[in-house]
Amino acid sequence: MTIRSLLVANRGEIAVRIIRAAKALGIRTVQVHSAADADMLAVHLADEAVNIGPPAAKKSYLNIEAMIAAAKATGVDAVHPGYGFLSENGDFADEVVHAGLVFVGPSGDAIRLLGDKVAARAVAERAGVPIVPGSAGRIDDVAQACRIAESIGFPVMIKAAAGGGGRGIRIVQSVAELERQFPQASAEAAAAFGDGGLYLEKVITRARHVEVQILGDGENFVHCYERECSLQRRRQKVWEEAPAVGLPADIRARLCESAVALAREVKYRGVGTVEYLYDEDAGTFYFIEVNTRIQVEHPVTEMITGIDLVQEMIRIAGGEKLSFRQEDIHVSGHAVECRINAEDPARGFAPVPGKVTALFVPKAEGVRFDTMLYEGYTIPPFYDSLLGKLIVHAEDRASAIALLSKALGRWRSAASARPFPCISRLPETRPSGAGTFIPASSSRGSWMVARSRSPPLAVSKRRDKPDECPVFVWW
Amino acid sequence: MRTIEIKSPLPGTFYRASSPDTPPFKADGDTVAEGNIIGLIEVMKTFQEIPAGVSGGAIRFLVDNEEPVMAGQVIAEVTA
Repeated sequence: MTIRSLLVANRGEIAVRIIRAAKALGIRTVQVHSAADADMLAVHLADEAVNIGPPAAKKSYLNIEAMIAAAKATGVDAVHPGYGFLSENGDFADEVVHAGLVFVGPSGDAIRLLGDKVAARAVAERAGVPIVPGSAGRIDDVAQACRIAESIGFPVMIKAAAGGGGRGIRIVQSVAELERQFPQASAEAAAAFGDGGLYLEKVITRARHVEVQILGDGENFVHCYERECSLQRRRQKVWEEAPAVGLPADIRARLCESAVALAREVKYRGVGTVEYLYDEDAGTFYFIEVNTRIQVEHPVTEMITGIDLVQEMIRIAGGEKLSFRQEDIHVSGHAVECRINAEDPARGFAPVPGKVTALFVPKAEGVRFDTMLYEGYTIPPFYDSLLGKLIVHAEDRASAIALLSKALGRWRSAASARPFPCISRLPETRPSGAGTFIPASSSRGSWMVARSRSPPLAVSKRRDKPDECPVFVWW
Repeated sequence: MRTIEIKSPLPGTFYRASSPDTPPFKADGDTVAEGNIIGLIEVMKTFQEIPAGVSGGAIRFLVDNEEPVMAGQVIAEVTA
């Protein structure tokens, strides 16, 4: 069926992104919002808006019933889940379909299969994708865990089968530690994910985080090359690039082909991301997980390929075939994305919600800003601190970083909140030279320390308006 | 008898207990000391402990568990 109207079942910058894609396709948009989000940018941009509940996400953006009711009440024919919230909830996808609507994403079964980390490892293995050495499946007890850990070698990671996104992971160095942590990890996984199932993986040290963008229409499967997401803080990505730096051509080809093989194995329909650890020294890569939704960092792929991934996923959901073949997809130049969070680097990156009193975003060729911000908007305290992404595209990596530096240097914004208002930009350090990355495993890496010692390059404070925040540009 | 207000230092979601399975930090009617934790405020997925900041008796909560609060909003009252 052709999608004529779309419910945007998300908030923030991705809701804005989805509305722009839908408008480009001539689709009517209906934006859901919590009581705390009535003034968000996506609500202003959408053709229609629906209040779906109180500020708490589980009463609004995670409330399947409220979401389906909003879809029915507004007469839309499709639902876009964005990222986070209900985007990887197979039951939500099923409910949307049961309501006679189109879910913009894979089937509920595919989401459940790939969302179960143990099952996903098995799928990857069947597709011939290298997996991190570890347990063959879920582990029944501590004794079995110890046997496996000794055979693959310490350190090992205890991971929750239902986890993901860096959550539900513990690293242990010895049998004694494993015996102590295993029951705790199981109890914690049961509490956090409603599933106490665990599995083991060897810790790959000095690994880079590289991921491949895949697209499928159920019959045809392509990749849009890879992204590098090695620069992380507390296992959360802060800076992404495409393509990956210094990845040898033969490894790139095998990596991307393996992601397509995995997509083909499950007859994938929609956009998705296959995440890998890449061991630069050994030249090997290992499958970690599949994300069955659009990613935060999708713009870097769009910039280097010229493909609009959000439009394409809506078209696929509407029943169309992929609008391009693998040989039509080419990489041009280099793109970098820098996440902009409502955090105060001077106070341990504490969140700082509040009113945006001023905002100046430099416009230039190759500079893109995906955001939910506008002057006068009050950032609510109830959700993620991601406010937007500054993305640059240039002919090569050095030029892209120079362009990003220039754009951040000219950037001005202010927000007032208590007790110490500020919008900070991440990362605040310049990755030194081509190909230099902090390993993903060192989440307390030196870049944080180096950054916190360096003075801000630009600090502005409106003396006539003391309630406005100083603007920090760490660079 | 005089009542003293305990205000939220920041906006967010108020929690009376450290997790859904544990009892609340303070039950209505409890006596509180200045350093006692009376709840948590979740701001953008990070949690901050809220100390009473005052000593008093018979605490009475004015905000329910998991309810949104504004900075400066009165969370609870105690008798001096």
